[in-house]
Amino acid sequence: MATPNKQISANASGKGIVGKPVNGLNREGWITAAFFLPPALVLFTLFVVLPMGEAGYYSLFKWNGFGTPEDYRGLYNYERLISRDIFKTALWNNLLVIIISIGVQLPLACGLAIILADKIPGGNIFRLLFFLPYVLAEIVAGLIWRFVYDGDTGFIAKFTEWFDLPAFYILAEQDYAMYAILVVIVWKYFGFHMMLFIAGLQAIDRDLYRAARVDGASAFQVLRFVTLPLLKSTMKLSIFFAVLGSLQLFDIIMPMTLGGPSDSTQTMVTYLYNHGFIRAKLGFGSAIGTVLFVICVVFAIVYQKGFFRDVD
Amino acid sequence: MLKHLSSALAAAVALSASAAYAEDVVVKWLHQQGSEEVRAYWDQLAADYSARTDGVTIEVQHIESQSFKAKLTTLLQSNDAPHFFYSWGGGVMQAQVDSGTLRDVTAEMNDGWADTFGEAAVGAFTYKDKIWGAPYLANLVGFWYNKKMFADAGVVAEDIKTWDDLLVAVEKLKATGVVPIGLGGMQKWPTHFYYTHLMLRIGGQQGFVDAVNEVGDGFAGDVYVRAGEEFARLVALDPFQPGFVAADQNNMYGALGDSEHAMQLMGSWLYGRQKSKSKSGVGLTDDELGWFPFPMVEGGAGTPEETLGGINGWLFHKSAPPEAVDFLKYFLSNEVQEDMAKRGWIIPVARGADKAIADPFQSVHSARIANSPYHQIFYDQMLGPDVGLVVNDMASELAVGNVTPVAAAEAIQDAWLDR
Repeated sequence: MATPNKQISANASGKGIVGKPVNGLNREGWITAAFFLPPALVLFTLFVVLPMGEAGYYSLFKWNGFGTPEDYRGLYNYERLISRDIFKTALWNNLLVIIISIGVQLPLACGLAIILADKIPGGNIFRLLFFLPYVLAEIVAGLIWRFVYDGDTGFIAKFTEWFDLPAFYILAEQDYAMYAILVVIVWKYFGFHMMLFIAGLQAIDRDLYRAARVDGASAFQVLRFVTLPLLKSTMKLSIFFAVLGSLQLFDIIMPMTLGGPSDSTQTMVTYLYNHGFIRAKLGFGSAIGTVLFVICVVFAIVYQKGFFRDVD
Repeated sequence: MLKHLSSALAAAVALSASAAYAEDVVVKWLHQQGSEEVRAYWDQLAADYSARTDGVTIEVQHIESQSFKAKLTTLLQSNDAPHFFYSWGGGVMQAQVDSGTLRDVTAEMNDGWADTFGEAAVGAFTYKDKIWGAPYLANLVGFWYNKKMFADAGVVAEDIKTWDDLLVAVEKLKATGVVPIGLGGMQKWPTHFYYTHLMLRIGGQQGFVDAVNEVGDGFAGDVYVRAGEEFARLVALDPFQPGFVAADQNNMYGALGDSEHAMQLMGSWLYGRQKSKSKSGVGLTDDELGWFPFPMVEGGAGTPEETLGGINGWLFHKSAPPEAVDFLKYFLSNEVQEDMAKRGWIIPVARGADKAIADPFQSVHSARIANSPYHQIFYDQMLGPDVGLVVNDMASELAVGNVTPVAAAEAIQDAWLDR
């Protein structure tokens, strides 16, 4: 809202250039918008806004998916949802993914990017290697890691054999299975975040480095006072993707654990699928969906307002 | 001139359209058959039928089992609904009936069709005094075992008559260093076979009927608590392979064939799969493989003859034309069913077709189902997905000792009251 207001006041004081607004629309702008906006707006309304509203509506009913929902229950589904431990586990797991993404994945991706952005021998090969897991389909990655973690034949099995330890089935351990999945998530996505940082590094003006060197800055000082501050916007973007990825996390978990053992690896989305959709409790599922939606909206608004604003 | 031409054209179009309507009927068939071999056979049946009946086309559509279950509700309410489709009966079928999406075939069944099946089989597709589908196959759950491992441990399968006998056998097997029982815990339904078969032995038919009708404490009553307690006694012996919680049942079929464990509580379908999914592709031969029924629990109200299993069949969408019923009559005729039984694919429910069963295990199962005083449909099918999957959850939690038998029974009752 701030920018158009500024423009109106600028126009009113006669200082603005009429017909060339900074951010508002002139007559041609409106015509263009009238032609190009409707298709997007119709699609957005049909496939995003309406289903959201419907989910919110269904969440007030007990409904198995047949006919129209009739059994109105008010906030019953939400009450049941909040009273369940699985909901808390799912929420915590989502949070855990975000924490690991920011605490482990981001520094790893950023560090590798800084190393690989310079022209070092074999750099391109490493870039490719690190990026490869991201190219793999999530389901495939999940299935591969299921084998890796297998206590009888997998990588872990070889490890326990070498050291003569008892066989360890990490995906069967409700206290550790989620950590095993976190490893896969970092492995799968750090390459993508590394690429973000490489792109961010390439956008930094080389002159700044030369100037720093002329000023006698050490390698560490260049990193601390030039590179990292200028990567701030990339970091924000990286965190943004990490949070969204966490809220959508589904297809790596399904082939690995189906959300088990004992629901210890459920995320919001697998919880919605396993306890809402598969059990034909669409009202309950819609309640989960609505909560997820509210979390997404709150995050998106807070993040946009609080973090992206100063970047533009 | 132009006007005449256009009206002539319109008439021609109308004529051809009505002609097409009168002659060509497309029957849409939806199934979830996993085996390519069987699929090819069914396609041939559809083609044969089309060739015999002028103008009837059977359009066969196949969806993989898991997505079949997930998509069906939406599909049945769309304009592209299949005319007839695969069903496991039970709670899912009842919800479909209640929603008014199905066509009842009571008239056709009473017109002699019902007599071609066993009574219990038709009963599985009867709901609210009407018949909604045609039964196709039956199966039951029991213990499959490795004869050599049993012999090495000095266990005689025929002597396992009670639950206590089974627990003793498990201990003997364990003493020889083998894994007594293989269990695919990830999918949870294999685990629920233990829990629910105990329910059947302890409560019998009446126990189930009472719980469903909310007599007394329902699913939280003594029968269900004791089933949990008996299961916990087995769990306490640590009888399953390490890491069973995350084990995929698809791998467990082959694991029996590869002699990785001594026994497995599984449905009739294990027979073929322990071969096809084994590393060698051979598995255990008929001489190496054994089978015994789930033992009786001392003091239980059930009988050892009662069976736990499935009766699967076909349901009709309300839009189904008479030709859909006619094709299914052909599909379920003794001629076709005997042929499929001979190939070892199914235990048919078409009367008399069981004589064609070639393998020794399936004929035993077929006879047991035929003589069973009560064939309990799998709990996770019978109770519908909302309650049935809670039973599976609780079975899995009992298998790792996360819940007490009382809390497990209460969770099922809670789900039942909330359904």
